[in-house]
Amino acid sequence: MKNTIATALALTMLTVSGMSVAAGTPQSKATVFTPPSEATIPDDEYGRTIRMGKNIFDDTQHYAKQYVGNSLNCVNCHLASGRKPDSAPLWGAYVRYPAYRTKNNKVNTLGQRIQGCFKFSMNGKAPAIDSPEMIALVTYAHWLSSGAPVGATLKGAGYPKLAKAAAAPDFIRGKTVYAENCQICHGVDGEGKIIDGKTVFPPLWGSTSFNWGAGMHRIDNAAAFIKANMPLSKGNTLTDQQAWDVATFVMSHERPQDPRFTGDVAQTKKEYHDEDCKYGDTVNGKVLGGSN
Amino acid sequence: MLKEHILKHILFTAMACIPLMAQADDVAQTIINQGNKQGAVACMACHGIDGGGNAAGGFPRLAGLNQTYITHQLQSFRSGKRNNPVMQPIAKALSDTEIEQLAAHYAAMPLPAIAPAGGDPALLRKGEAIATEGDWDHGIPACFQCHAANGAGIAPDFPAITGQSAAYITSQISAWKSGARANDPIGLMKSVAGKLSADQVKAVSTYLANQPLTIGNQK
Ligand code: HEC
Ligand code: HEC
Ligand code: HEC
Ligand code: HEC
Repeated sequence: MKNTIATALALTMLTVSGMSVAAGTPQSKATVFTPPSEATIPDDEYGRTIRMGKNIFDDTQHYAKQYVGNSLNCVNCHLASGRKPDSAPLWGAYVRYPAYRTKNNKVNTLGQRIQGCFKFSMNGKAPAIDSPEMIALVTYAHWLSSGAPVGATLKGAGYPKLAKAAAAPDFIRGKTVYAENCQICHGVDGEGKIIDGKTVFPPLWGSTSFNWGAGMHRIDNAAAFIKANMPLSKGNTLTDQQAWDVATFVMSHERPQDPRFTGDVAQTKKEYHDEDCKYGDTVNGKVLGGSN
Repeated sequence: MLKEHILKHILFTAMACIPLMAQADDVAQTIINQGNKQGAVACMACHGIDGGGNAAGGFPRLAGLNQTYITHQLQSFRSGKRNNPVMQPIAKALSDTEIEQLAAHYAAMPLPAIAPAGGDPALLRKGEAIATEGDWDHGIPACFQCHAANGAGIAPDFPAITGQSAAYITSQISAWKSGARANDPIGLMKSVAGKLSADQVKAVSTYLANQPLTIGNQK
């Protein structure tokens, strides 16, 4: 009883500041947050920087060309201009940095985290922390998280982890899932679709996709993203097993080399790939990461 | 000697092909103008001489649509996956070959001159937002993510959605909602249609009918 009242009170208080507490799910402690609408971007220098950040995010190929080494845009993995819950939205990210990352064994600021996505996900080079591009991206993320409590885990932040697959994830089954649910957009060879120089359907593997150091090459990350977001417009319709299988299939193809490559695949695997991934494994007679 | 032989061969093949191709196109043109005397009535009566359709009748434009897409639609009418009392008997009266020839013919036709339909500016702006950004709060991607910039289509599976009237676009979204049209790959368009509110359908179809026609990647 006391508890209910306390919850109700907390709820009311949180709702006042534009938030409420989600109930029921294991994430029940997570705060529900709604980012501000675009119409409220102020018409001043702060507002112009926000818009620049959004432009870079949606069309990285154009607005941050010099830092990009593949055909992707940030929005391809963080949907709806970085707003969509369960696709590692920017508002969810902003309030959880600085944070410790095992990837480099350090506390990282949001800017450093974004540098990581440029280097690996965009197979490019990292803009400096004080570059106009980085300032714009961080400002955009800051604005999207307006009103969210610093340090909170917001509901829909990150990609929602999937429970372990019932049956060991399988390349062959994944191939069938891919042919039936993904190929129509992402192509027979995962090459995606580019029209008039614009990426319409992003490439999932091959030389124009993200590299072997990107978060998405991890099967657990990819399965989580795919389950929640793919096929486009039909998120959460695949079974968990299908998501694990198709993620395994997609992430068992060749892609650009890990920028941390030491010159030797086995050694690079040992140093950097103690994770749920296929780097350095032999698939269909070829060592992944070994052909570039 | 050998060269001459090859030349003759090429010439012969070319000559043999031209009448064949012309014949196929003649067949298509005849059906379009007069029907096939097997129950398929003249397409032109509803879809227009230039294949531009008819907004008032809710008849879609066919000229310049993708060939594979047209074939797929005629087969869907035949199989009943696309349920429509007008087109089903017509499609059933067409042979596989006639379907192929008609699809090739319409796909090769020049884009018809269709004037933008206009509309209330506020409604057009609302429609533009759905077409170019979607409504992700309700799980709706931008229409142009699948139908390409300007709605010009992405061959072969995603048709052009410009050059169609608001009435036709609205009728198709309703058909997906009701299940009368169930022929779309992976149920992609069904899932989008199911999430659109009546207001959104009105806004987006008004916007699309006001867009200029472009070929894009539709061919
Ligand atoms: C190929 C897909 C891909 C692309 C492209 C991509 N990212 Fe990411 N991004 C990821 C993955 C995977 C993660 C890790 C998510 C997790 O661990 O939950 C991530 C994480 C992030 C995070 C931290 C999220 C959090 O909640 O901790 C930020 C911020 C971010 N990306 C920004 C960007 C920016 C800016 C760009 C464009 C320059 C970009 N990303 C491009 C896949 C991508
Ligand atoms: C209707 C077209 C469509 C279908 C079908 C589809 N996708 Fe996607 N996919 C997209 C689009 C578009 C994006 C980029 C999202 C954005 O920019 O808003 C994307 C992004 C992705 C990404 C992240 C970007 C990258 O390059 O890695 C992955 C991974 C992915 N899709 C996997 C899949 C898988 C697996 C399936 C099948 C289960 C699938 N997709 C089905 C259109 C589609
Ligand atoms: C009596 C009028 C009428 C005639 C004659 C007619 N059609 Fe149609 N057609 C329609 C209508 C109405 C629709 C829309 C059906 C629906 O709502 O599903 C349509 C739709 C179509 C479509 C689907 C177009 C799209 O964009 O998906 C094709 C293809 C088509 N007709 C081909 C033909 C061909 C080929 C002929 C001649 C053999 C023909 N039609 C004759 C009325 C007609
Ligand atoms: C996830 C991909 C996807 C998205 C997003 C999408 N569509 Fe479609 N749409 C399709 C596919 C696939 C077809 C073709 C269905 C078929 O082959 O019969 C289609 C067909 C259509 C047609 C029928 C065209 C004709 O000539 O009969 C209309 C109208 C249409 N879409 C409108 C829209 C509108 C409006 C939106 C945005 C609110 C939208 N679509 C968003 C995938 C999509």
